This record gives sequence, structure tokens and C-alpha cells, in this order.
Amino acid sequence: MVIKVLKNFFKRIFSSIFKNRKDIKLGFYGPPNAGKTSLANRICKDFTGEEMGSISKIPHETRKIQFKEKVEIDYKGKTMTFKMADTPGIATKIDYEDFLKYRVNKKDAKKRAREATEGVIESIKWLDDMEIVVIVIDASENPYNQVNITLLGNLVARKIPVLIVANKIDLKKANIKKIESAFPDYEVVGISAKYGKNIEEFYESIFKLSKKI
Amino acid sequence: MNQYLNFQKKFKMPKEKRLKKFGRINGLSIQFMPYSEIRNLDSTKRIKKILNVVLSNNILIIQGKLKVEEESRLIGDTMAIIGHVKNFKGIELAVISENENKGIWNKIKNSLVKILSKGELGAITIIGPATIVKEIKRNPKKIELLLNK
Repeated sequence: MVIKVLKNFFKRIFSSIFKNRKDIKLGFYGPPNAGKTSLANRICKDFTGEEMGSISKIPHETRKIQFKEKVEIDYKGKTMTFKMADTPGIATKIDYEDFLKYRVNKKDAKKRAREATEGVIESIKWLDDMEIVVIVIDASENPYNQVNITLLGNLVARKIPVLIVANKIDLKKANIKKIESAFPDYEVVGISAKYGKNIEEFYESIFKLSKKI
Repeated sequence: MNQYLNFQKKFKMPKEKRLKKFGRINGLSIQFMPYSEIRNLDSTKRIKKILNVVLSNNILIIQGKLKVEEESRLIGDTMAIIGHVKNFKGIELAVISENENKGIWNKIKNSLVKILSKGELGAITIIGPATIVKEIKRNPKKIELLLNK
């Protein structure tokens, strides 16, 4: 009996050490222009000194999934290593004419639209590979968006732990309560990736979520 | 100023003509699909059937909802079609479900209905081509279908 208890104790210790050393695959998902890359850049800048991808006011700036390996996040003396994946925004429609409003020429707009559609397919494909997913939502937009709901449904079905980030809380129109009431079963953290506001709370939630893997 | 002139012109129109023009939408078709039509189809055939309706410029209202993996597949397949079908820009999609009811009893009741009917019938799915449906605005209390001009 004593041997069995000791055996289980050591097994738990070794498995927890092994678990902490493994790179956790952390995916950033959500609709276009919600601030996925801004958040990924903020984390990378804080812990690696480098940015992950370019940001723009034009939707679908990230059109290919970007990975950053070995991102060691320190929070209150604890360290966890992540493999971060910044994904293209998921949309149900893409019209090249929408890009023309941002002074993109027709040829480039068509190319951007084609790459954006491929990006959406790629994002969906990689969903199975993630261990933790952060859904980034623009806190100034209506959260009852089918993309958010479909994404959440897929993550629940795959039993992937999820954190909802309400980004852009620095904007006057931002309404975190609306997002919290739209997703009452999930933890929602309000941040501003652009200004780093409330980012500590985000790290705390990520560490908490990592324990669920 | 122009807006004011247009307003004046509109109201100087004879009453009969005004009434005829009011609320007139050309070429809009809404198709209803009972769940029995897709109940026995596999995911590939379901999505194909849905996309066929949408690609024919119809707004589709489905009784029930698709499985979550079918929803994401529908988005993926839609993306794959954009650029290959002339003027197709994607879809607008919304699912209204009564599953917001909490409580164990409601959950058990819903699960039983789901098993017996082989699908989630307490929901409605609206899918429309983005060229026709500009936006489906929803909040917990209402759903608005905004159409393109």
C-alpha cells in the first residue's frame, strides 16, 4: 500500500515536470481585425524582444499562419514555454472590393482576397493541432457573430481549453459586459493589446488554463 | 440638399404609385428546408445541398442546426468556392438556438429531443449569399437580416 502511494506520488511529480517542459501549443483565433497579431506581438515583445507579424488597419493582414517557437512566459516566478500560432482571421465572406476602400489597387486587392480565403481554410485546418486557444474579439463590436459561436462550438467539441480575450478596451465603444453576457460559460479577459493594458491578467488566465491540458 | 429634393419628389408622387413602389424587392427568394431533408445525409452531402441552394442566389432557412464540425466545414468550403464561381463573395450565416435555457431538466429534455429527432430541431439556421445578404445582425432578443441594395 505504502509503495503504491509513493509510486503514484513520484509519478505525479515526474509527469508535472515533464508537462512544464513541453511547449504548449497556443493558438490565437478570431474574426479579422480583432487584434490577434497585436496580442501575439505584445507577448513576443515582452518575452523574446521580437515581434511576430505585421499589423494593419486593412482586414486580413495576416493571411498565413505564423508560428513562434519557444516563447517562455514568466509570471510571478513561474515559467511556461509556448509554441504560439497567430492565425488568419476567420470570416464567412471575403470581397476584394472591400480592400479597395483602403486604397489597395484592384490587382493587389484580388490577390489579397484570394490569399485571405486560403488563410481561413488554413486556420480551420490547424484548429485540431492546438492545445489552448485564445479567441480574440474586438470589444467595440457586436460579439454575437457566428464566427465566434462556431469557433467556440468546435473547441468545446474538441475539448480544447479556451480563453476569450476582449481586445481594444481602450476604445470608447468597448463593452466588456456585453461580451461577458454573450459568453457566460467562459472566462473573458478585457485587454488592450496595443497599449498593454491588463496584460498581467491575461498571463494569469493563460497559466490557469495551461493546467487544464 | 439633394436628399431634400429627393424626399420632396417622392412625396409629390401619386399615392397609388407610391404604394406600388413601397417595399418592392426584386428577385429575392427565400427557401425553407425542413430537417427531414438533411437528416439522413452525411456531412459532405448536407453541405453540398446547402451550397447549391445558396449558389442559386437563395436565402436558406433550415429547420435545426448543423453539427459544429459541419459549420466550420461549410465556412471552409465557402472560402474554397470564392474566386471560382463568378460574383460569389461568400455567405452570411446565423444560428438561432433555444439552448440558452439553463438547468439540468432543460438539458435532459433537449438531449432526449435530439436523440429522438436525430438532430437539434430547437434551432433555426439562416444562410444567405453575401451578394444578397449584407449582414445578419443578432442579439439575444432579435435577429435582423440586412439586404444589399
